[in-house]
Amino acid sequence: MKNLYRKHKVGAVSFVFLIAFYFIAVLADFIAPYPYDIQFRHNPYQPPTPIHFFDEEGRFYLVPFVYGHKLVDPVFKQYTIVQKEKYPVEFFVKGEPHYLFGFVKTDIHLFGVKDGGKIFLLGTDRLGRDIFSRLIYGTRISLTIGLIGVLISFLIGLIVGAVSGYFGCVTDTVIMRLVELLMVFPSFYLLLALRSMFPVDIPSIAVFFIIVAILSLIGWTGLARIVRGMVLSIRERDYVKVAKVMGGSNFYIIKKHIIPGTLSYILVAAMLSIPGYILGESALSLIGLGVQEPYPSWGNMLAEAQNVTKLSSCPWLLFPGVAIFTVIVSFNLFGDALRDYFDVKV
Amino acid sequence: MVKYIFKRLLHFIPLIFGMTFISFLIIKLAPGDFLTSIKMNPSVSKETIKALEKSYGFDQPVMKQYFLWLWNAVRFNLGYSMSYHRPVISLIGERVFNTLSLTVSAFLISWLFAVPLGIFAAYFRNRFTDKFIIAISIVGISIPSFFIAFLLMFIAAKTGWFPIGGVVSQNYETLSFLGKVSDRFKHMFIPLTAMVIGSISSLVRLIRGTVIDELEKEYVKLTKAKGLPTGVILFKHVLRNALNPFITLIGFDIAGLLSGAALIEIITAWPGMGRLMFDAVMAQDFFVVMGGLYIGGVMLIIGNLIADVLLALNDPRIKEREIEGQL
Repeated sequence: MKNLYRKHKVGAVSFVFLIAFYFIAVLADFIAPYPYDIQFRHNPYQPPTPIHFFDEEGRFYLVPFVYGHKLVDPVFKQYTIVQKEKYPVEFFVKGEPHYLFGFVKTDIHLFGVKDGGKIFLLGTDRLGRDIFSRLIYGTRISLTIGLIGVLISFLIGLIVGAVSGYFGCVTDTVIMRLVELLMVFPSFYLLLALRSMFPVDIPSIAVFFIIVAILSLIGWTGLARIVRGMVLSIRERDYVKVAKVMGGSNFYIIKKHIIPGTLSYILVAAMLSIPGYILGESALSLIGLGVQEPYPSWGNMLAEAQNVTKLSSCPWLLFPGVAIFTVIVSFNLFGDALRDYFDVKV
Repeated sequence: MVKYIFKRLLHFIPLIFGMTFISFLIIKLAPGDFLTSIKMNPSVSKETIKALEKSYGFDQPVMKQYFLWLWNAVRFNLGYSMSYHRPVISLIGERVFNTLSLTVSAFLISWLFAVPLGIFAAYFRNRFTDKFIIAISIVGISIPSFFIAFLLMFIAAKTGWFPIGGVVSQNYETLSFLGKVSDRFKHMFIPLTAMVIGSISSLVRLIRGTVIDELEKEYVKLTKAKGLPTGVILFKHVLRNALNPFITLIGFDIAGLLSGAALIEIITAWPGMGRLMFDAVMAQDFFVVMGGLYIGGVMLIIGNLIADVLLALNDPRIKEREIEGQL
C-alpha cells in the first residue's frame, strides 16, 4: 500500500476522494442541510446562495452569513437580496429530524442557518428543493450501484469463465455460445426492453435492484470471456496438474488454484468497470426509466436539464453532472494506478 | 476466403435465432401491450378489440406468433407499427439515415483524431506531450457524453451559435444545396461532439498502449539501426503490427453504428433509431421494438464479420490455415 502511494500519488488522492464520497453517502442525512424531499414552495429555481464574509458596507464578519432572498418575479423566477436579513452560517445547527445510520434519531445537521433563513449552496429545482441536499443523498444511489453491480456481474463472470475454461470441451462450447448470444444484443436496446418488463411506477428500492440486475446481466459476458482465456493458460501450469494428480476435486482446484491466479486482473478490471454502472444508472434515470422522484439520483436530477429554456436560465441544474464526472474520474484514476501497480493489461 | 466468410456466417445464424427469441419472450412477458390502453377505453367495443388482436396475431399461441414473426423477418417484413400506423421497415429505413449520418461521422472523426494522437503519445512516451495527451484523455473518458451534450446545449442556448435539437432547420427546403449541407452539419454539432470526445479519449489510450508494446520489440531496434526514417518505422512497421486489436474494435464500432448513439439521440432530440426505439418501448409498440432489436443484432453480426475478414486479410496465418484445410 505504501508503495502504491509513493509511485502513484494521483491514484492515492483519488482513493481518498472515493473514501470521502462513501462517507458522504453514509452520513448523507447529517451532511445535507435539508431532507431530499422537502419543498420550499416560495423558492423555486432559486440560484445558489452566495456566502458572504463582508456585508454591503464592507464590514468583516468572522462567522460568514447569507442574505435572505425574496422571489420578486414568479414568472421568470427573479430573486432580490434582502439586505436587512442576515443569517449566520453555523455548524451543528438544529434542523429537520432524521435517523443517523438508520436508527439514531437526531435533528442536528452539519451546517445550516437558523430562524427562517435558507441556505441553498447549489440552488433549488422547480419545486424549491435544495439541490445540494439532493446531490448528497444522490451519492447513495450512484456509489452503491457501481459496487453492487460489479460485485454481482464479476461473481457471475468469474465463476462462468473459470468453469468454462477449466472443463473445456462441451461445457466450454455451450457456455461460450451463450456468452456470444448475450453479446449480440444491442446493449442499450436490451436495457430498454428489459426495463420495460417492469412497470414504471414501482418503489425506488425495487427500481434500484432491477437496474442493478439488468446492468449486471449485460455486464458479465466480457469478463467471462477474458477469465476463460486466462484459465485456459493457467490450467496447463504444473501446479494445477500436480493438484489434480494428488486427487484435488475440480471445485477445490478452481477455488484454490485457478481463481487466485486471475485476481489481480479482476481487481483492476472491476475498478475500471464501475464507471460503466454509474453511467448506466444515470442514463436510465435521466430518461425517466431509473430511480423515480422524489428520491434523488444524479441521473434523475439531470432530467430537468433536458428542458433547454430551463437549462439556459438555471445552469445550476447541471451540478449533478459535475458530481458524476468527479466520481468517475476518481474511479478511473484509481483503477489506472492499480493497473500500473499490479502490472496487468486491461 | 469465401469459405471462411461462409463459415462465420453459418456461425451467426443460431445467434440471431436465439437473440430474437429471447427478445420476443422478454417483450411478451412484460405486463400489458399496446392494446391495454385501448381496452381501458369504454367507447371501444369488445368486437373491435378482438378484431385488432386478430389483425396483429395476438390471439395465437406465443410460439406460433414467434415463428410467424421470424418467417417474415427473414424476408425483412417486420410487421406494422401500431402507433405510427406504418410498416416498421419503412419507419426504420427513414430513421436509419439520421442515425448513420451521426454515427458514421463520429466513427470517422474518432479514428482520424485518435490514431495520430495515440501514436504521437506513444512515440513521446513519458515526456510532456504524452502526459498532456493522457491527462486530457482521462478527463475525456470520465465526462459522461450526456453531460457534454447538456453543456453544449447550454452554451448554444446562451450564444445561439448552434441549433438545438432536430436534424434540419424549419426553412431547410428553401436553402441552396450548400446551405442544406451546412445546415445539417450545424445541427449535428452537439450530438456529434458529445459522442466523439469519449470515443477519441478511450481510443487514444488503447492505441498508445498497443503502440508502446510494439515499440519495445526487437525488430524496431533493427529498423532504427538500419537508419529508416521515423515515419516509415511508425506507420509501415509498427502500425501494421499493432493493428490487430484495433480491427476487432472497428468491428465493435460498426456493430454499434445503429444502437451506439441511442442515449445522445434521446437527449438531443435527434430523430434516429435510438429515439424511435425509446418511444416504441414506452408505447409498447411491439413490432417496432422487435424490428429494432433484430436490425441492431444483424448490424452487430455484420460488424463482427467485417472485423473477422479484415483480421484474416491482415494476418496471413489465418489464410494459411484455410489452405491447409484447418478451418
